[in-house]
Amino acid sequence: MKRAIYILLSNPLSILGLVLVGLVFFCAAFADFIAPYPEHAGAVINFAFANKPPSAEYLLGTDVVGRDLLSRIIYAYQVALGMGLVVLLIAPPIGVALGLIAGYIGGWTDFVLMRITDIFLSIPPLVLALAIMGVMEPTLINAMLAVTAMWWPWYARLVYNITRGEKVEGYVLAAEVIGASKAHIMFREILPNCFPAIVTKMTLDFGYVILIASSLSFLGLGVQAPTPDLGSMVSEGTRYLPDSWWMTVFPGLAIMIAVFGFNLVGDVLRDVLEPD
Amino acid sequence: MRPDLTLDIKNLRLSFRSWSGSTEVLHGIDLSVAPGERVALVGESGSGKSVTSRIVLGTMQDVRHARVSGQVTFEGTDLAKLASVERRALRGREISMIFQDPSSALNPVFRIGDLFHEVLKRRHPKISKGEARQRAAAILQDVSIADAERVLSSYSFQLSGGMNQRVMIAMALINEPRLLLADEPGTALDVTVQAQTLSLMRDLVEQKRTSVLFISHNLGVVREFADRIYVIYRGNIVEHGPTAAIFDAPQHPYTQALLSAIPRLTGGGVPDIEERSLSFNDPMISHGTDI
Repeated sequence: MKRAIYILLSNPLSILGLVLVGLVFFCAAFADFIAPYPEHAGAVINFAFANKPPSAEYLLGTDVVGRDLLSRIIYAYQVALGMGLVVLLIAPPIGVALGLIAGYIGGWTDFVLMRITDIFLSIPPLVLALAIMGVMEPTLINAMLAVTAMWWPWYARLVYNITRGEKVEGYVLAAEVIGASKAHIMFREILPNCFPAIVTKMTLDFGYVILIASSLSFLGLGVQAPTPDLGSMVSEGTRYLPDSWWMTVFPGLAIMIAVFGFNLVGDVLRDVLEPD
Repeated sequence: MRPDLTLDIKNLRLSFRSWSGSTEVLHGIDLSVAPGERVALVGESGSGKSVTSRIVLGTMQDVRHARVSGQVTFEGTDLAKLASVERRALRGREISMIFQDPSSALNPVFRIGDLFHEVLKRRHPKISKGEARQRAAAILQDVSIADAERVLSSYSFQLSGGMNQRVMIAMALINEPRLLLADEPGTALDVTVQAQTLSLMRDLVEQKRTSVLFISHNLGVVREFADRIYVIYRGNIVEHGPTAAIFDAPQHPYTQALLSAIPRLTGGGVPDIEERSLSFNDPMISHGTDI
């Protein structure tokens, strides 16, 4: 723990990362209290104040129907974080289990599981998500499922490679020799040795999931109006560029802050979890 | 079949199948270990020592492409007649093993105390953490570890190689197995530490009357440890007999070469020995000590 704090304090970028991530979580958790116009997260129409540039009243300006952009960005973080959490709660366990089984059992199991993984990996992620979204209704839940479907193969690959390396370690042979079951060896002996890599990747991925989710909704395939979403806000705003620049720039910056923050935190975690 | 023997191997053959045919690795090995006896299996790398121990453990039989024939009897039970689940039940309880590199054989993410707990659960599935810790501390005293509590709370990478080796020995013996397989124990350690831990191991197995099959390429180490020696060369036993007989009057050309291969401090450098000699394939020599 002391070592973790030391690594943290010795790198100013890591503090910046934690501050940014903290800010994002804070916004999402207390949106109802800190958003200046909480009702603007919904279907509010206020043409009298439409297209207003940033001012004291509307800090980040308003959108085409007169809703406060700051409030909508704060609420959009709830959607973005929810997306990240759900995807990262479903995808890694699937990928990790498949990677462990394929890596440890080997043979035909390995061949079948990893070729399926390879097929998923060979399709460009966004294209795969687009295809899935194209078939299904564009709702938040379906967007989460689509992103999950394109995300698990990366964990399968990661854990597969670690498992192949750990499999030949003495402690695995030692466990086999004292008669431990295959499941015990995979999940109790090898898996704990994969945790540092998995946790680091999950943190780094949080930012990317938010980015991909924003891309999907930018293309109109994610969260539907009036729910605020960073991607669809950017998309709407592009129609009014360059005059109403704030409609695009601020949601874009909001995405950047989240992705950048999670990347920095991921880097710190890697330093903390991986010795030397 | 001799039920009074701890381990009895008869005409053991092992071959690996590949698409270009099969390669025989063991050409019919006979070997036995009596209760409480310490037997060494000595040979060069690739001679078939380690696969023999893996067959006894029953892990070789699960390898695809491997064909095992012959009879391996453990306390009167033919291992081939056991289901793979039953073979697994023997491992870690009646048969245990010590490895070459003690540091890699201990999982780095668990504390030594937790590893002991897992091992003890093999024999006593319901043993509590506290009880496991007490028993582990007791056996660590037996391998001359004074501050057992500190060792139990440490991870393997926080301990020295010699310390890990003692932990391994303690762990292998805590379930009071009938047979201990020691596959080149401590080869990864420096010579003085190796000698220390081996003498600890000898005392402990003597006290618990555990049979040991000691696998090594180092005749010097074996001389200190074993009651009887089997010399293995390219999958054949070429000579066997009591330790004293082998050292005093080695008969087989390969055994003689192996003995002269030990570098001497008194000079002469590394001895000049043929790597392969037809005479190494001479028939087996027994010192007439079949038990």
